[in-house]
Amino acid sequence: MREQEDASDEPSLVSNRVLEIVVALLLLGISAIIIYDSVRLGIGWAEGEGPRAGYFPFYIAVVLATASISILLKAVMGKGDGLSDSFVSRSAIGRVITVLVPAIIYVGAVQFIGLYTASAAFIFFFMIFVGGESVLRAIGVALGVPIFFFVMFEKWFLVPLPKGPIEAMLGF
Amino acid sequence: MEEIASLMQGFSIALTPYNLALMFVGIVLGVVIGVLPGLGGANGVAILLPLTFSMPPTSAIIMLSCIYWGALFGGAITSILFNIPGEPWSVATTFDGHPMARQGRADEALTAAFTSSFVGAFVAVVVITFLAPVIARFALQFGPAEFFSVFFLTFASFVGMGRGSASKTLAAMALGFALAAVGMDGVTGQLRMTFGYDELLGGFDFLIAVIGLFGIGEILSSMEDGLKFQGSEAKLRLTVVLTTWKKLLAYWVTSIRSCIIGCWMGITPGGATPASFMSYGLAKRMSPRGANFGKGEMEGVVAPETAAHAAGTSALLPMLTLGIPGSPTAAVLLGGLLIWGLQPGPLLFVEQKEFVWGLIASMYLGNIVGLIVVLTCVPMFAAILRIPFSIIAPVILVICAIGAYTVNNNMFDVWMMLVFGVVGYVFNKLRYPLAPLVLAIVLGDKAEEAFRQSMLLSQGNLSIFWANPLVATIMSLGLAMLIWPLASALKARFGHARSATAA
Repeated sequence: MREQEDASDEPSLVSNRVLEIVVALLLLGISAIIIYDSVRLGIGWAEGEGPRAGYFPFYIAVVLATASISILLKAVMGKGDGLSDSFVSRSAIGRVITVLVPAIIYVGAVQFIGLYTASAAFIFFFMIFVGGESVLRAIGVALGVPIFFFVMFEKWFLVPLPKGPIEAMLGF
Repeated sequence: MEEIASLMQGFSIALTPYNLALMFVGIVLGVVIGVLPGLGGANGVAILLPLTFSMPPTSAIIMLSCIYWGALFGGAITSILFNIPGEPWSVATTFDGHPMARQGRADEALTAAFTSSFVGAFVAVVVITFLAPVIARFALQFGPAEFFSVFFLTFASFVGMGRGSASKTLAAMALGFALAAVGMDGVTGQLRMTFGYDELLGGFDFLIAVIGLFGIGEILSSMEDGLKFQGSEAKLRLTVVLTTWKKLLAYWVTSIRSCIIGCWMGITPGGATPASFMSYGLAKRMSPRGANFGKGEMEGVVAPETAAHAAGTSALLPMLTLGIPGSPTAAVLLGGLLIWGLQPGPLLFVEQKEFVWGLIASMYLGNIVGLIVVLTCVPMFAAILRIPFSIIAPVILVICAIGAYTVNNNMFDVWMMLVFGVVGYVFNKLRYPLAPLVLAIVLGDKAEEAFRQSMLLSQGNLSIFWANPLVATIMSLGLAMLIWPLASALKARFGHARSATAA
């Protein structure tokens, strides 16, 4: 029934099937954690109080476990559409990582240098190194966007966002 | 005709210059959000929600609901011109909309899409106007068991009507409920699943989940495709609009059918996306030109667009009357109501008449404003798509981060947003549905509360869910929905085996 054929011309890094199994196992793990904690809280009936705190989460976790086992079995037995298809090719995951990693660094940076400065730096580096835009254009957007948000949030809507040393230097 | 009088009063509230201006701003923002990858109705509204805290609630909801209408309209633009569905419910619009654009009939396709959207939304608003007060009055007598049965039906509908794997729908939903349970238990005050982390005390905020799942997830998916826009030029001339309107009259049967499908799927939370596919499928089967579908048939644009908007709009009906949203965006609006100190549910119609009718009146006005805005401004919106992704991606990421931060003013939420973003990306690719996940996070606590209260009433006897005809009917419907995929799978296997032996 199933045909082994590569839909894309790029080498596949990981197939849907492998990822289905990984995700199903993760969900199974999550349900185990919930069941563990629910049992600690009590999954039965407290006299005069009704169901204990772990009652509802326990059954939710049972549903989650059942569903993930069913997904897992299907994936292991190779039933279902598109299982052999590529989940992601090498170059595609590369492109995803070029957003994800800078995004993680960006969020980390917000804590130290404030949101506005971090945003400016993030937009600037992303546009130049990932997007291949010209430096001039990158400077324009990287300065314009945070300044716009600064005015909008700090002045107009009076919603304070995290600020760092540079804003402090400028007296905010 | 008490409703008409209330509605007129609503118009008098909605028709102030301030509110009209907000409506216009909302629609324009909404279309922009709908056109941009990574921003959609749900996370767009979620990001803008904190900015409305200082507004009067009626004005705030008018603006936010108009963003929603705008996003519904905006999805069609990218589908037709660029073959990129800006929103999941406009996927079906690409089937015939984009071929029409390639044949140089983009203007016709856009006019057809906008007009059908308008018709679908309008019919749904009429349904809301007359049905909502009735349901609200009815629901005033609901006890916890009735409420739980409605929650049950809501989630069972996702399983029964969802496209794709039932186990994945169940898994996504259960994950949502589990996330909702994290934090302090409202009844006993015990801490659940926090494992000593103070950050988890308050549980997971669904607004963060929405921004991450839909916003960051979408950016990651778009990035993977490498994004090369190949758009058609768009300009709408008045003559084309008028001749298209004349042609559209011929599709009245499709329109009516799509409206019915849409309203039904919106109220019982099947959602706009399945509604659009179902409507497209039925139109294809029933139309005399069904064989031409997929090659640029106008009817193939009319059907999904009408149904998607009817569903998107009528999703607000259960949100307003029962406090149970029919779509992720409706859920975000519900979150807004709570933040503004309004308790959604049947009492809203008694205690907050001005708010409810102002909102309903604004739905009529907002859709009219929306139709005019999109018909006149298409070239401008299409131009947004020509901004390179290397600029759009970081800017939207910054917007999402700001949005996530402002929900509770804390950085942990921004980290969670990234985590949800990765989850959204993976779930999207493996076809786990995101809507039930989000709705379960929103409704988890309430569903659990309703369940525990029912159990207290009956002293742990499940028969309380079959105690009276109303609750029994809703529960049985819910069970039928749950069994539906199993039954149809068995039937398919049985039918398949039989045809195999016959052959």
